[in-house]
Amino acid sequence: MGESAPLIIKQKVRDFSAWGRYPRVDGKLVSPSHPKGLGYFLKSGDTFIPLGNRRSYGDSALAARMLDVRPCNCMLRFDTDKGLLHTQAGVLLSDILKTFVPRGWFLPVTPGTKYVTVGGAIASDVHGKNHHLDGCFSKWVREISIMLPGGQVVSCSRRKNHELFLATCGGQGLTGVILEARFYLKKIDSCLLDQVTVRTNNLQETFDAFEQYCNMPYSVAWIDGTAKGPKTGRGIFTAASFMNGGDYDYRPYGSMDIPVEFPPFFMNKALLTGFNFLYYHGARERVSYQQGIDIDTFFYPLDRIGKWNRLYGRRGFVQYHFILPKGQGFDGILEIMREIGKSGISPYLAVLKLYGMENENLLSFPMEGYGLALDFKIQKGLFHLLDRLDNIVVARGGRLYLTKDSRMNRKMVEKGYSGIWQFRRFRRSNDMDKMIQSLQSRRLGL
Amino acid sequence: MMESVLILGAKSDIGKALAREYARHGYDLILVARDAGIALKDFASDLRIRSHRSVILRDLDILSVEAHKDFYFSLGKRPAGVICVIGYMGDQTTASSDFREFKRITDTNYTAVACFLNVVANDFQRRSKGFIIGISSVAGDRGRKKNYIYGASKAALSAYLSGLRARLYPHGVHVMTVKPGFVKTRMTMAMQLPPLLTASPEDAARQIYEAQRKGKDIIYVKGRWRLVMGIIRLIPERIFKAYCNF
Repeated sequence: MGESAPLIIKQKVRDFSAWGRYPRVDGKLVSPSHPKGLGYFLKSGDTFIPLGNRRSYGDSALAARMLDVRPCNCMLRFDTDKGLLHTQAGVLLSDILKTFVPRGWFLPVTPGTKYVTVGGAIASDVHGKNHHLDGCFSKWVREISIMLPGGQVVSCSRRKNHELFLATCGGQGLTGVILEARFYLKKIDSCLLDQVTVRTNNLQETFDAFEQYCNMPYSVAWIDGTAKGPKTGRGIFTAASFMNGGDYDYRPYGSMDIPVEFPPFFMNKALLTGFNFLYYHGARERVSYQQGIDIDTFFYPLDRIGKWNRLYGRRGFVQYHFILPKGQGFDGILEIMREIGKSGISPYLAVLKLYGMENENLLSFPMEGYGLALDFKIQKGLFHLLDRLDNIVVARGGRLYLTKDSRMNRKMVEKGYSGIWQFRRFRRSNDMDKMIQSLQSRRLGL
Repeated sequence: MMESVLILGAKSDIGKALAREYARHGYDLILVARDAGIALKDFASDLRIRSHRSVILRDLDILSVEAHKDFYFSLGKRPAGVICVIGYMGDQTTASSDFREFKRITDTNYTAVACFLNVVANDFQRRSKGFIIGISSVAGDRGRKKNYIYGASKAALSAYLSGLRARLYPHGVHVMTVKPGFVKTRMTMAMQLPPLLTASPEDAARQIYEAQRKGKDIIYVKGRWRLVMGIIRLIPERIFKAYCNF
């Protein structure tokens, strides 16, 4: 209206959760329309956690007080020569795609959903199907401007305030409120991709496919979580690269929302086995080639079903996303899949990916090796199973992705992340630990 | 040269959504608000990047009615359309005893807006083209206990726009009245609003743009408000005064 909106708005929220719909909290959502309002809020001295578009899975962005950065959603500058984009933290990747794909630019790294904020992408240091070649999102970030708990705004980069940069990228929002970022986009020659699809009969063949196509920029494998015995680890491997010539006629799909929460029994074993069977046998030949796959189909297949997390019902789900060093990858994943097989609990979706080099950020997830993401409906016995899986992951030198986590314990995070000690020290010495807290940071002592 | 649209009250969520909608459809923009130059700086950068359109920011206090004419004619290029999104809810209780608040509500919603639109209307009539969109409110359709001072000012605006429409019709100038019901903005974020009757600013902007293209006269946002307000208007006054306490 003619009156400018107040600088800050507080709203009570109930049953509030992130993408996994577990856990749920009652709390306050604080939403500043302007960094000035944010400054006032910080002076109140209440603890809080910054929140983006709620696409993390667990409790890394949940707390009694959450600070919504989405109202700060302006793109500020684009340098066409360098491909350098300067945005506020609340800008969604989907908006960047809508604006820049038609001009021949793409995100250098994108997660499996485009509905994340730039701030969230940094705080989770997200990775994509090209991690083995292009690293995490932070690799393409040149500078971050961040408001520290004391209210002062500082910028950090690889040259300036380096430790703050290393702690902020992958730091789950625990170092301050990310306000703005400057990062590179990448030039593409077409908005369509060429894809190769390989149907594999077991885990060995799936691994072989990753090695064989490791020069393709984008690769990922869907694994049939219901397959047992010699078929364990079979799946559909896909790799793709952007086409050389073509147009930039990008038309984002509309999405169909799942309108209601499904009853908990909807996602059951029969449905799951049926779906996996159909998906697996949907690829008729062992190796096939497809041309002209569009961006949304290849990168964001699940975004086409809005609110698909409702399929898991009221209790929600957990994504168990772990990574193992390369030498341990094959045996470790087999061991984990056998352990899951014994438990009688099946994952609903399993996605395998070959990762490239580890970066130097204190809490970034990727390391050179194999990562597997498993979706489990919350059910009886699940948490015991996941505890057993934790032991296998730790014994083999792996770790869990904080952005997906809602249940690991301190020992697990300390064994997995060698940078955690420095992260804790850094938070303590800058008084960040007193002001910025999430359910996860309290549980894990981050 | 691209055609441009002038948005009065561009700081509001609906104003911003309209700016994005019209930019998306190829219009240049002149965004006007009290301190547009500062408050809308980032938003304007964003619009330019997203749409490649020219975005001009101009400061104007709508209550400085003496300045309207000079302001309008000082714009480098005359807009093809003017959208007025200005509205001030005010505080009913204060306004019923404090004249300053009463005047502020009435002036902001009606007097000042009408003064500005007079200037625009005369220009558009001379040029025999253009469109004027006024954002009124369902609150102007019937005076209600809770917000009749605001409602009265919006009723005045609706009546003004109706007369203006008839005056400019023979000259090929299109005047449209928009009556939004509930809109999910930052102002109403903390309220519980009925989902079936509540539009997002983006929905509202889309609907307004489409209606303007089609040359509609009066639209409700969402459309089902037409039915709701139709029924509310039919309630006999003797029942309305006693039982309708909303």
